[in-house]
Amino acid sequence: MKPSDTFQPVLLEAAGIQDGFSIKSYRSRGGYAPLEKLLVEKKPAEVVDLVKSSGLRGRGGAGFMTGLKWTFLPKDHPGPIYLCVNADESEPGTFNNRILMEEDPHQVLEGIIISAYATRASTAYIYLRYEYPKSWDALQKAIDEAYEAGLLGDNIQGSGFSLDIYLHRGAAAYICGEETGLIESLEGKRAWPRIKPPFPAIEGVFRKPTVVNNIETMACVAQIARRGIEWFRSIGIPADPDNPRDPGSYGPKLYCLSGHVEKPGCYEAPLGITARELINRFGGGVWKGRRVKAVIPGGISMGLMTEDELDTPLDFTGPGTVGCLGLGTAAVVVIDDTVSIVDFLHNSCRFFAHESCGQCTPCREGTNWSLRMLERIRAGKGRLRDLDLLAEIGDTMGMMPGSTICGLADGAAWPIKNSITKFRDEFENYIKQTNPTGYMETDPVPALPIVTTH
Amino acid sequence: MPTVLVDGQEVEIDADERLNCIEVARRAGVEIPHYCWHPGLSVVASCRMCLIQAGTRNAETGDVSMVPKLVPGCQTPAKDGTVIVTNSEVVRQSRARVEEALLIDHPIDCPICDKAGECLLQDYHFEHGQSERRADIHPFSSRRRDVGPTVTLFVDRCIMCTRCVRFTREVSGTAELMVSARGAKEEIDTFPGFPLDNKLSGNVVDLCPVGALGDKDFLYQQRVWFLKKTENVCGGCATGCSIVTEHNQDTVYRLKPRENQHVNKWWMCDEGRYGWHHLHDATRIVEVSHRNHTHWNTVEWTSALGQLTKDLHDAGRLAVAVSPMLTIEEAWMLCAVARAIDPDAYLAMGHVPSTDHDESFPGGFTIRREKSPNRIGIEMILSMFNALTENSTVPEWKEFLEQIRTEAVQSAWVTAGYPTPETSWCDEETAAVFDNMNCLVVQDLFRSPLSKRATWCLPASGFAERHGTWVNCGHRAQTFEQAIRPPAGVWPEGRVFWSLLGRQGLYDPESIRETIAKNSVGFAALSGDMPSLGVDLRLQQVTGT
Repeated sequence: MKPSDTFQPVLLEAAGIQDGFSIKSYRSRGGYAPLEKLLVEKKPAEVVDLVKSSGLRGRGGAGFMTGLKWTFLPKDHPGPIYLCVNADESEPGTFNNRILMEEDPHQVLEGIIISAYATRASTAYIYLRYEYPKSWDALQKAIDEAYEAGLLGDNIQGSGFSLDIYLHRGAAAYICGEETGLIESLEGKRAWPRIKPPFPAIEGVFRKPTVVNNIETMACVAQIARRGIEWFRSIGIPADPDNPRDPGSYGPKLYCLSGHVEKPGCYEAPLGITARELINRFGGGVWKGRRVKAVIPGGISMGLMTEDELDTPLDFTGPGTVGCLGLGTAAVVVIDDTVSIVDFLHNSCRFFAHESCGQCTPCREGTNWSLRMLERIRAGKGRLRDLDLLAEIGDTMGMMPGSTICGLADGAAWPIKNSITKFRDEFENYIKQTNPTGYMETDPVPALPIVTTH
Repeated sequence: MPTVLVDGQEVEIDADERLNCIEVARRAGVEIPHYCWHPGLSVVASCRMCLIQAGTRNAETGDVSMVPKLVPGCQTPAKDGTVIVTNSEVVRQSRARVEEALLIDHPIDCPICDKAGECLLQDYHFEHGQSERRADIHPFSSRRRDVGPTVTLFVDRCIMCTRCVRFTREVSGTAELMVSARGAKEEIDTFPGFPLDNKLSGNVVDLCPVGALGDKDFLYQQRVWFLKKTENVCGGCATGCSIVTEHNQDTVYRLKPRENQHVNKWWMCDEGRYGWHHLHDATRIVEVSHRNHTHWNTVEWTSALGQLTKDLHDAGRLAVAVSPMLTIEEAWMLCAVARAIDPDAYLAMGHVPSTDHDESFPGGFTIRREKSPNRIGIEMILSMFNALTENSTVPEWKEFLEQIRTEAVQSAWVTAGYPTPETSWCDEETAAVFDNMNCLVVQDLFRSPLSKRATWCLPASGFAERHGTWVNCGHRAQTFEQAIRPPAGVWPEGRVFWSLLGRQGLYDPESIRETIAKNSVGFAALSGDMPSLGVDLRLQQVTGT
C-alpha cells in the first residue's frame, strides 16, 4: 500500500463544505484555536523553531526552508519588519493558491498571523494576482471577519501582538511573482527584480527586513501549528541520509493537474507522489485513451518529463534527477501524443518573451530570439542550425550560469533545453519535412515578422 | 593592506576603499567592459557585459575557491583576498554572447549614427564580439523621437542600460525618463506632457553608451573622429566645471564635462554645455577701433597699443575695472600695465553678472548664481596690487562707478568679455556715467552702450580662446589651455597686456603664473606644473604655513 492510499486531505478539507470559507466553519473545524493557544504559550523564537524543525519548504517554487528563511532576519531589529505573502500565482498551469484563497481563506490568514508573530512583523501584505477577483473578495471578507473577531488589529487576543493585513492587487505581470520584483511592485515601482545581496530578509519592502512567503506555505504553517511536527514529518519523503544537502520533502502538497487528463483539478497528495499515480489515480488517466507524450512537472518553467520518466517522485529533488529544473509549483500539465513539441516550445517561448521584464540583456534578447526562431521554424523556414542555437540559449541564459539577475530566464531556458535534448528527433523531422530545401542552410536569413502576439 | 588578485596580478587597495571589481581591475590595467554601470549612478547590474569569474583566496592556505557561476563585476565588491578572472574562455564567450544579443535588435546604422567613433557598442564589438551574425537579419530602421528640447532619442539603437533613467532620478532629481513596455519591446520614453526638460538634461547624452540619445545641438554637425579635444574650464558660472572643448579648425562643436570630483563630478549644466555659441557669433568685435567724436577709425594693433598708452597717460588719473572673465595671469598683467601708466591707478573688480540664487541638484551638483568663473581669483590679484588695510576690501564695480561719477578719475579702462550677445551687460544709464571721461578704453566681446562711448574699443576673447588660470567659488585654481584661435583680428587679452608690458616673444602664461606664485602667499600653490584637476588654494595655504 502506498502512503497516498491512506492520505486524507488537510489543506483542502474545506473544499466542498457548505460555507467552508466562513470563519464559523473554520472555527468548527478547529481553526484559530491553535493560534490563540500559541499566542499565549509560545514566544516568537519558539514558533520559528517549530516551523524550522517541521522541515517545511517554501511552496512557491524554489523550495527554500521556510524556518531557515525566517532566521535570516536581523536579530533585535527595531522594526518595522514586513511579511509579504506572495499570491501572484502566474506560473502557467498553477492554481493551488487560488483554491486555497477561495475555499479556505481563514486557513491562509491563520498561517499569516502565526508567521507574522514568529517573524515579529506588525504589517503583512498579500500581493494578489490581478486576474483573481474572486480571491480578492474571499480574502477581503475573511480579513474583515478576522478583524471583527479580534484576530487582527491591535493587541490580538490580549497577547500584546498587533498585526494589520493589507491586500494589494497586482497589475498582471508574471515577473511580479519573483520575490524582489514583487517588492518593487508593492512599493509602486516597475517590477524589475533587485540585485542580491542584500536579500529581502535584510532589506526588503521599503528597505526594511522582509519575509516573502507563498500562500500555500502559510496554509502549511497553520496546519503545522494545529497538528504538530510529528504529523507533518510523517508525510512526504524523508531526507536522503547520504546527501547532507537534502533537507527532505515533508508534508502535504497541492498538485494542480491539468492538460490532457480526464479529470483536471487541484489535488492534495503527500509530497513525492509520482506523475503516473497522479494522472491515473486522480486524473482518471489521459483523456480519450491516448498516451502521454510528455509531462510538465511543476509549471511550464520546470521543463519536460518524457513518458519514461513518469515514475519520478514529484518531490523537491525528484524532477531534478531527470533534467528538469525542480518541483516548482507542482503544476502538472499532461501533454498527449497528438501534440507537436514544436508547438509546445513555441508557446512556451512566446510566454517568456512576453513576460521577460527586459532588465538583463541575455534574458530580454534570448527569450525574444528563441521566439523568433520558433516562429520561423513553424513557418516552414527552420534550419537544423536553429536547434543548436536554441540549445545554446538554453544553456547560457539564467541565474544558474550567472547571466541574469532573477530566475525567470532559467524558467525560460528549461523548456528549451529539455525539449531540444529529449525530443531532438521530432524537431529535426519537423524541420526537414517543412523546409526540405533549406534545412541545411547556415547563413543568416531575413527575420519574419512575429504574427502570434499575446 | 588589502590585496586583490586580478588575472594573477596583485593589486593593493586602501583598507577604507569601497571598490567594485571593475574599478580594481582598472588599477591593474585590465578593462572590464560595461554598459550600465557608471560610478556616479546606482548599480543595477543589468547589462551583464561585465560578467567575470570571482572567488576568494584563503589568507592562510593560499587556496582559491571560485564562485561556480559568472558574477557581474560592477556588483561584486573587491575585498582583501578577492580573486578576479577576466580573461578566461568562459568570460570571453559570455561577453561575445552579450554583444551578439545586443545587436539582434540594433539597427547597426553606424554610417549615419552620430555616436560612431565613440560608441561603446562599436568598440566592445570589435574587441569582444564575434564576427559572424547568427540571428536573423532585421530590416533597417532608425525610429526617432524627441524626448525634450535638447535631446532626441533613436529608439532602436538603445541597449536599455537605463543610465539616463537613473540620471534623471538620482542626479537631476526630475525623473522625466522612464522605461515603457516590457521585454524586447521596451523603450526609453517620457510621460506625455512631461518632456526631458531640466538644467542638466544634456548629461544623458554623455551617459548614453550608444547612439540612442542624441544632442540636438551637436546632431549631424561633425563626425567625432575629426574633433580635437582640449581640456578646458567652463566660464559659465562660479562653479568652474572641468570640461573638454571639442573643436575642429578653430570652430567649437561641443563641450563635454571632464570628471573632477572636487568640482563637477561627472556632470555639467546645459547653460554651460550650450554656452559656447557666442564664440562664433557674427556680431563679435573683431577689430580695434578708435573714436574721434562720432567718427570711428579702424586701427592696426601695433600702432593702436602705443597710441592708447599715450592717450591714457595724458588723460589724468586712471581707473581700471578688471573683469572676472579674465584669467589671473591676464588680470595681473593688466594691473601691472595700469600701474605703469599711472602709479596711482584705481584698480577695481569689474561687473560680476549674477542671478538670484544658486541651484542645487540631488546628485550634489550646483549651478552658481554668480555667472563668472574667476571673481575670487581677481579679488586675490587686486589685493596684491591694492595695499589693503585690515578692514578694507577689494573695490567692487559699484564703487568703481562711483569713482567715475564723482570724477575722482579722468580716464577708465573697462575689461568685460561677457558671453551675452543678445542682452548687453551694461545698460544706457550705467554707460552714461562714463560720458565725461577724457579717455575710455573698453575691451569686450560685443558692442554695448558702453562701447559706443569708448575712445578705444578693443576686442576681447572668449573662454576657449584663453590660456591661463581661473579660481572657482571653492578656491580651486584650474589652469587650462587655449582650445581655438580667436577670430582673425582679435588679440587675446594676454597677448595685448604682454605687449603693453613690453615683454618679448609670445605670451607665456606660465612665466606670469610663476611670478604671481612667488609674490603672493595665497597663490603659492600655483608654482610649477598644475595638475589637470586643479589645486585648492586654501588647502595649500593651510599646509604651507
